[in-house]
This record gives sequence, structure tokens and C-alpha cells, in this order.
Amino acid sequence: MNRLASADLTHSDTCPLSTLRKGDTAVVMAVEDAGDLFGDTRASTIARRLLELGFVPGAGVEIVATMWPGDDPLAVRVGGSTFALRHHEARIVRVRRSG
Amino acid sequence: MDDVSTRSRELRIALVGLPNCGKTALFNRLTGSRQKVANYPGVTVERKEGSFTGPSRRRYRVLDLPGTYSLNPTTLDEAITRDVALGRLAGEAQPELIVLVADATHLALSLRLILDVQRLGLPMIVALNMSDIARRRGFAIDRDRLAQEIGVPVVETVAVASAGAEQLIDQLERAAALAPEAIRELPQDWTDPTATEVAASHARARQILDAAGYREPLRSRLVATADRLVMHPLAGMVILAGLLFLVFQAVFSWAAVPMDWIDAGVGALGQFISGTLADGLLKSLLIDGVLAGLGSVVVFLPQILVLFLFILALEDSGYLPRAAYLLDRVMGSVGLSGRAFIPLLSSFACAIPGIMATRTIPNLRDRIATIMIAPLMTCSARLPVYALLIAAFIPARSVGWFNLQGLVLFALYFAGIISALIVAWVMKRMTGGTTYRPLMLELPDYQWPNLRNLAYGLWERAQIFLARVGGIILALMIVLWFLSSFPGAPADATQPPIYYSFAGMIGRALEVVFAPIGFNWQISIALVPGMAAREVAVGALGTVYAMSDTGDLASTLGPVIAQSWSLATALSLLAWYVFAPQCLSTLAIVKRETNSWRYPLIMAGYLFALAYLAAFITYRVALALG
Repeated sequence: MNRLASADLTHSDTCPLSTLRKGDTAVVMAVEDAGDLFGDTRASTIARRLLELGFVPGAGVEIVATMWPGDDPLAVRVGGSTFALRHHEARIVRVRRSG
Repeated sequence: MDDVSTRSRELRIALVGLPNCGKTALFNRLTGSRQKVANYPGVTVERKEGSFTGPSRRRYRVLDLPGTYSLNPTTLDEAITRDVALGRLAGEAQPELIVLVADATHLALSLRLILDVQRLGLPMIVALNMSDIARRRGFAIDRDRLAQEIGVPVVETVAVASAGAEQLIDQLERAAALAPEAIRELPQDWTDPTATEVAASHARARQILDAAGYREPLRSRLVATADRLVMHPLAGMVILAGLLFLVFQAVFSWAAVPMDWIDAGVGALGQFISGTLADGLLKSLLIDGVLAGLGSVVVFLPQILVLFLFILALEDSGYLPRAAYLLDRVMGSVGLSGRAFIPLLSSFACAIPGIMATRTIPNLRDRIATIMIAPLMTCSARLPVYALLIAAFIPARSVGWFNLQGLVLFALYFAGIISALIVAWVMKRMTGGTTYRPLMLELPDYQWPNLRNLAYGLWERAQIFLARVGGIILALMIVLWFLSSFPGAPADATQPPIYYSFAGMIGRALEVVFAPIGFNWQISIALVPGMAAREVAVGALGTVYAMSDTGDLASTLGPVIAQSWSLATALSLLAWYVFAPQCLSTLAIVKRETNSWRYPLIMAGYLFALAYLAAFITYRVALALG
């Protein structure tokens, strides 16, 4: 899996954004170009759009709400905006928990 | 248009900005009523152009481009914005200047877009929109420093205030006066920004904001609490259901008084005409055709406006995307995107704007699925039919806190929604799409709806409705009057005259098809013009019954049908209208949006089958239960 953009990845304690729960905060480490996850050539478009929305390495995120069942979709606050993401797209964002 | 003198006076500018940045409000502020709404050639993205004249008498042609996060399009709308900005769209001249509308309360993302657009090399002015709200909420920015950092003029605008665009106009005049010759052919070696470039532009935006001393307030506790409630899986759903319920109750109760006024007005006009004109064909045409027909449709204007008032206010307040978030799981399970919620909600007003709004759904299969079920959302044109039948057959008594009539209306809307979900699920099964589609929907800050914008929107809706009444509906009413007046009854007639007319013949022929579901020939006649526009069915019934009545035109339609139809027939007609093969304009728009006859034909076929089936079951069950 190839990384479109990433911060210092020497730490291995990262997890996908989709695994966070309501109220969790984290820092974005990388957005992965996950063509194989989607079976779709537009996957890199999704990754790039996530970057454009502000999911860039170093950005702080907070989960403001999650929906039942399975915490999907999530409402994520990043860079002063809030976005609703499904697990599918949220899991290509690697984050490190910060609180 | 290309001669030198015009070119030197007219400047083509384009508004570019994020979704929800108040761009359209600014466009309205700049151009007022001098707007033209059409489509871009070949595609169905709405093209909004307007013009205004600056203090120097220079004319500006303003294009309101679809909102976008970047120049890397993921939807049709965004692709239009990029292609117009690049001058790549055939038939559309490249703008000579870009006004980048930046939301002052969302500067980080706006600034990144500014950097993206700057790569185009076009002259640009940045309008810090909603700067009043930003200041009030505690945002701070050194505007001069910002302008210096990005190298283009930065002005403040308040799209909702009367002098809110003055700085912008002032700056435009300066830019235009500089040298139109400076605005020339551009380097066309555009490549879409790569991921690395996107990340770099975020970093650069951050640097600029830091340099300009940008400060944003902490998110207010009140808003955070509101969001916790509104987006809570359980509380949020309860709030959503409550809101929708309130809307439908209001449609019935708030609109009652103005509807009585319209009724009285139409009645008085009929009296006046019948007192002035001598008996004859003209009098019959005016009273039985035009007045009876139009009056029974126009009377529903108040209900349609109440419905739109709620939809527009919910949209402006930022609630709608949150509702889409809440419903994403439900929608996703039947193969739709949460984004489909907004087009589907608009379809409650009318399927046409709803179907046009599906353009914001990036995936084609998703989009088609949404289009196909849009007509199952109860559009306002069905409201007249529901309202008439409910008022005539359902007693207005209270059930607990609620009004029984309101409950029945709610049930009809609900039936439409449930069947839409089922149809979507079946389509998902049949087409078996497996590719994944993202949600990625912004949940904007809450805002108080702006009264002026609401009034503007309602006025637009009223105009559309009345134009339909005055155009297609009026024409159909006259045709119908003709069909129901000729040929006249024979001397030894035992039935009302309409029975012997062309309309009567068509109705009696159709009755063979519709008798199993309880429709009499009067209803069968009304269904024919109802194909052109659903609400016409009510007008047609008005015409049919006014004609078959023995002269007592003062009686309103409700009591007449209450006497002549059984409850089973009324319920069957209600069930029919939940699915009613939709109006021809909807089919036409589906043809245009999907660019094929396949989908409109499938749509008409499946709706007819469902309508017949539902009406049949309802009728038989109602008969069996007595």
C-alpha cells in the first residue's frame, strides 16, 4: 500500500481513523492510496479529496459523533470543519491517538 | 459582442468558492434580479449568470460557478468549475477575472482553494465573505497582511447586508480600469495538483494564516452540545422524525386561513362573472373550465409555500447535511448514498429540482438509483389530490395529540418513502453494483436562516408554481373543458351532458381498465390530464363535476365527491397517487439527465405497475372491511 503523503512514520502505534470512538482525538499520520481496498480506479481520487479536506499529516482530528450500528458513519472535526465519513473512506486515514 | 467598444466596457468575472461559503448570496447581492438561469451546453449543471453596472458605468457579467473544494473535480459540478476557469468548456468564454469567495469563518480550507486557483494565473480578487459573522464570533485576521502574502487584493463582503459588496465593486472597478489588455491568453499547461502538492498547499496556507495573525475562536459549547444531540444516533433520529412530522402538520394547519381566502376570492369572481355575462359558451368556458379548474389548483399555493419555507429554512440552517449523516446508514443499506437525502428531500417539493440535484452524487449508478426513486417522494403536486380526498373523506377529529387528517397525510408520505427504499433495494439487487462510494459530506456550521434569502426562495417557488398554473395547467383546463362540452347531450339524455362528450367516452373506455381498482369514469377522465401535471387531476375533477352537476356551481368539490364516491374508492385513489406514474415533465427531465430513453421508460412502467397494484389491494381490502 503506497502512501500519498505521510509524516514521520517511525512510530508503529498508528491506527485507521475508522477505529476511533466518539470523543477520541488523534493526529493524522498519513493518507493511503488504497486502490486495492476499493477495487476502483477512483480510490486515489478519494484519498486526494481527503487530503484537500484537510486530512493532512499533522492535522488534529476529533470524532464528534458516530452513528449506530458499528460507529458508521463518523462525524470528524478537522481544521475547523466537520465532515461525515463512512468507515470505508475513514480507514485509509492513518492516525495516532492523542488523548 | 466581440467588437472592441463592448469589450473595453464589459468584464467577465466568475465567482469561485467552497460549498456553503455564501457565494450564491453574494451573487444575488451583486446582480439582484438581473439573472439568467440555464444549463451548461450538453450537461445538466445549472449555469447562473447575471450582470451589473459599476459606478464607472462599466458592465460586469458575473458567472456563479458551482462550489468546489479544489480544482480536482470529483463531481460533474466541480468539473464544470474547473473547465470554465481553465477556459476549456466549449461554448463558454474563459472568465477574465476570478472573484474567490472565501468563507471568513473557514479560512483554512478557503485559503487552500485560493492557492489552487492561483495556479491558473488569472487575475483574482479574494472576497472575505461573512466577515461580520466571523468578527462577531471572534475570528481575527490581518487583512492587509493576508493580501500581501497571497499577492492579490482582499476585500470584506457581507452578502446579506445591503452595502455588503461595496468594497468588492470598488476593487473590481480598479482591476478593470488597470488594463484589460493585461488580461490575455493564458498558459494552458494545466495539470491537476498531485497529492504532494495538495499537502504542500495546506502547509503554505497554514504559514500564511500564521503570518497574518489568524485566530479562530474555540468551538462554542452551545454548538457542540447541539451537535451532540442532533447527531446522536437515537436523539437525532427522534428530532428528525419530530421535525418532519411538524412540517406536515404545519402544511395542513398554517395554510388553512389563506386557503379560505383564496376559496372565497375565486367564489366571488365566479359570482361576478356569472352576474355579468349572459348564459352561453363563453360563460361556461370561463366559469366551468378556467375558474373551476384553476381555482382548485391555485388554492394549494399556501400549502406548497409552507412546505418550501421549511425545506429552505432547514437547508440554510445547516441541518440538512446532518440529516443526511443520520440517514446514511439506512440509505447505504439499500444501495444509496447519504447524499441522496438532499435530492430526495427536494423531491418532496417537486421531483424536477430533486432529480436535477442528484448531480452532486459523484457515482453514476448511485445517481441513477436516486433519480429512479425520486418520484416516489410525495411531491407538492400530489398534495392537492391528497388534501382534497383527505378533507372530503377523513374526519377532522383528534387522535391523542394529533389530528387524524394530519396522521393520514403523514402515512401517505411515509408509504412513499418506504416503497422508495424497497425499490432502491431491489434495484441494488438487480444491478449488483459492488464498487464502493464515499460519503465525505461537510457538516457546515449552524446558521440562522436569512429572512431575505428565504423570501427570495419562496418568491421563486411561487412564481414557478403560478407559471405552471398559468401555462400548462390553463391550457389543459381549456382542452378538457372542450372535451367535456362537445358533443352535447342528445335530446333524450338520461345522464349529465358530460357523459356523452369526448371526455366521457375516453373516461368510460378507461373505466374498463380502472374499474377493478374502484375508479369511476369521472376519475378516469381526470387521470388523463393528470399525466401532464398531477395537480391538474384535481382541477379536472372540478371541471368534470361542475359540468355534470345540474348547475349548482357554488358547491365545492369536496362535498360533491364525498357524496358520490365510496370510502374504498377514495382510499384506492390515494394509494394510486402514492405511486402515480409521474407527470410528463418529470419523465422529460429524467430523459435529459440520463441522456437515454431507457430510464424514463422503466420508470413509467414500474410506477404504473406499482400504482395499479397498490390501488387494487387497497380497494379490495377496504371493500372487504366494509
